Amino acid sequence: MTDLVEQDTRAMSVAVTKSRYQSEEFSARLRRRYAAERRFRIAGMLAVGVASLMLVILLGSIVSKGYTAFWQAQIRLEVTLDKQQVEERNYTALVRQALYAQVPAATDRATRRSLNDLLSSGAPYELEAMVNANPSIVGTTQTVWVRADDEIDQFMKGFIRRDVPESERRLNDVKIAAIDALVANGSIRSTFNTTLFTAGDSREPEQAGILGAVVGSALTLVVTMLLSVPIGIAAAVYLEEFAPKNRWTDLIEVNINNLAAVPSIIFGLLGLAVFLGFFGLPRSAPLVGGLVMALMTLPVIIIASRVALKAVPPSIREAALGVGASPLQTVTHHVLPLALPGILTGTIIGMARALGETAPLLMIGMVAFIVDIPGGLTDSATAIPVQIYMWADSPERAFTERTSAAILILLAFLILMNGLAVFLRKKFERRW
Amino acid sequence: MQLTVLLIILALLTVIGYQMGRSRAVASVGGRIVELHSVPSYHGFYVALWAGLPALLLFAFWGASEGWLVMQMVLSGLPDRLVNGDAQSLGLLRADILNLAHGVTTGREPDPEVVAAAERYLRLHALGDWSLLVIGCCIAIGGLLYARGRIDPDLRARNRVERTVNIALVICSLVAILTTIGIVLSLLFEAIRFFAVVNPLDFLFGTHWSPQMAMRADQVGSSGSFGAIPLFAGTLLITGIAMAVAVPVGLMAAIFMSEYASPGLRTWLKPILEVLAGIPTVVYGFFAALTMAPFVRDVGNSLGLSVSSESALAAGFVMGVMIIPFVSSLSDDVINAVPQSLRDGSYGLGATKSETIRLVVLPAALPGIVAAVMLAVSRAIGETMIVTMAAGLTANLTANPLDAVTTVTTQIATLLVGDQEFDSPKTLSAFGLGLVLFVVTLTLNMVALRVVQKYREKYD
Repeated sequence: MTDLVEQDTRAMSVAVTKSRYQSEEFSARLRRRYAAERRFRIAGMLAVGVASLMLVILLGSIVSKGYTAFWQAQIRLEVTLDKQQVEERNYTALVRQALYAQVPAATDRATRRSLNDLLSSGAPYELEAMVNANPSIVGTTQTVWVRADDEIDQFMKGFIRRDVPESERRLNDVKIAAIDALVANGSIRSTFNTTLFTAGDSREPEQAGILGAVVGSALTLVVTMLLSVPIGIAAAVYLEEFAPKNRWTDLIEVNINNLAAVPSIIFGLLGLAVFLGFFGLPRSAPLVGGLVMALMTLPVIIIASRVALKAVPPSIREAALGVGASPLQTVTHHVLPLALPGILTGTIIGMARALGETAPLLMIGMVAFIVDIPGGLTDSATAIPVQIYMWADSPERAFTERTSAAILILLAFLILMNGLAVFLRKKFERRW
Repeated sequence: MQLTVLLIILALLTVIGYQMGRSRAVASVGGRIVELHSVPSYHGFYVALWAGLPALLLFAFWGASEGWLVMQMVLSGLPDRLVNGDAQSLGLLRADILNLAHGVTTGREPDPEVVAAAERYLRLHALGDWSLLVIGCCIAIGGLLYARGRIDPDLRARNRVERTVNIALVICSLVAILTTIGIVLSLLFEAIRFFAVVNPLDFLFGTHWSPQMAMRADQVGSSGSFGAIPLFAGTLLITGIAMAVAVPVGLMAAIFMSEYASPGLRTWLKPILEVLAGIPTVVYGFFAALTMAPFVRDVGNSLGLSVSSESALAAGFVMGVMIIPFVSSLSDDVINAVPQSLRDGSYGLGATKSETIRLVVLPAALPGIVAAVMLAVSRAIGETMIVTMAAGLTANLTANPLDAVTTVTTQIATLLVGDQEFDSPKTLSAFGLGLVLFVVTLTLNMVALRVVQKYREKYD
């Protein structure tokens, strides 16, 4: 009862003051303000959403383009290794005869000639390698699976459609009929594309692999790491622990910050003018690539290492100095070990960046077409991102697929490295 | 080969020197380490440094100057008719000798004198390597013996070792300065050679870019004109598009993450944006060229617009996506640095969250955000792979984002890829462009850093 009365009076008193706060105008304004608040919040969510969506689209488009490259069509051949033809090294004829035998319908010359394009141009070499590895098979009939030409591969994967008119199709009706015949008698299969991982570059998509670029990247990264990590850590230690605060060290600091923001292609120009032009080092070599990348990652490593060193509390230094350690001993025995996880994290991130960098390598000639797997620091080589760049320029549809696959491999490496960095950070994260 | 052997020998000698110095120091006081000035390991380091460092310095010096020295000696032995040419033919001669020495066949029938020179080059090279091996070993052993002889209980081994290490640390930190000097000098030298042929004013203000030099007098379309305005315009256009994408999205994302998102959501969102930052630019370039550009073209065509297959819009948009995390993480930092008391004051006056952000937080964070945007601009200007792969090569002076344009970095990349002669204005012009690029990005960075420094301490 009393409650009711009280409420009433409160309502009354409010009604009497009849405030601006309850006027139509006010509540309309409040609604507007809340609506603005909601809009702002939604704009923020949209921004994050757009960024994430782009990531999904980017990765999705690459995965959907690239996953097929991990499979490769192969054609079965029953090759009779005629002794005389082996001695004449006439493997091309051997392969062709075996192929004609698989497609009995093809009798006239024109048809047979277009059948020749079904196989990869590397098929005779595959056979030759097989014979060289095991000469005792000469004279027998062997069942071998050889790589199909990239267009057959693309057709099998459904990228070349049959329902377009023959004149606009990359495969003519004769070849499609032959493929159908091969499929019918089980002579085409799709296997894991080991070539992609075991071969160097090639003009023929079905023979092209990423191994040469992986080795080139690895050699480049080794040079980068050997140079930039010790120099970077030493520079960070000096600047953070020993350097007096004067104009010189200020200059060095400003310099390092600026270097971190210099476009990568400028470093390529530096490498071209200094390492190739002045010192006369070989073009396209991982040694030069590594040198350039080292100069590029140096600022990243110095900055990360300084942050890590700064995070070590001064009390530890004071305690070490207090028991009589020299400044250098303090740093090497106490500060550096404690800062090491942070330094390592920064280093890995710097290396990951160097791994993905392309532009400076273009400048120093690592875009050359190189089939061989590089064996040393001064051999001509290419790197994974550069290989991606070169393949992306190739007109064949099959190279698009392989470019995407190479990107997936590169991203896998990067995710591995960044994952390691995150893991280290989590494992050694310490609050003082 | 000899050099590898030398390095291995040096490594061995260093280890031996360390052990030797250590045990000799201990022996010199009969095991009572207290009587040593420095602990035994410092004596070890002392000997090791003497064994390794001088020889290593010689090695480094030789490695840097060997090619030049040997070539000079070979050239001085050649007859005058070969050597007395201008700089260009001398350079050609050098290249011939090097090619022959490395077994690269050039197709031309080589001059017998040049063949002899190549053989002499190889001989001198081998001789140099062998003598380096011998001299290096002698210096290393000499240093080791000298230092070993000086081991004494009173030897201030620690001070000496530490001084050496300190000098090494200083040298390491000077590498950054050396790199900058190297960049500036290499760009300047080549650019000066370029400007000796092409008037700098024509370069900076000319409106026609066509770097192909005429090989013959009657050749069509190879005028070799170097007016860089279309490149600057193209760069600005693409940068503008990229910023139009990256700044609003990045800034709003940063605001959402630092002001609205719960800590749980934040731990998810931040890494997602960081992944975007970690993707190599060549991947963005591939995406722009193969997915984005056709998409833009198809949409444009269905709207009845004529879009070229390589449009500034596609490249700029993808570049914007690449720069989003850059803007957002830098803005995130400055927004987080705005003290909570300012927000609380605003809430206390009855402001909503968005009003607080727009009227209090953003103005307070503005200098930092401006700096972030500047750094992002400099990054967009310097980005190479996306524009090389997706923006085209034709130098158009246009403001239409649907046209193909070319940029400074694209031109540098295309001018210098492949085998080029290094004296033609065509290749040298890349260094002129590089110089402009360097100056512009450097200025932006300096201004951005200055802005941050100047306004950072406002609330500390």
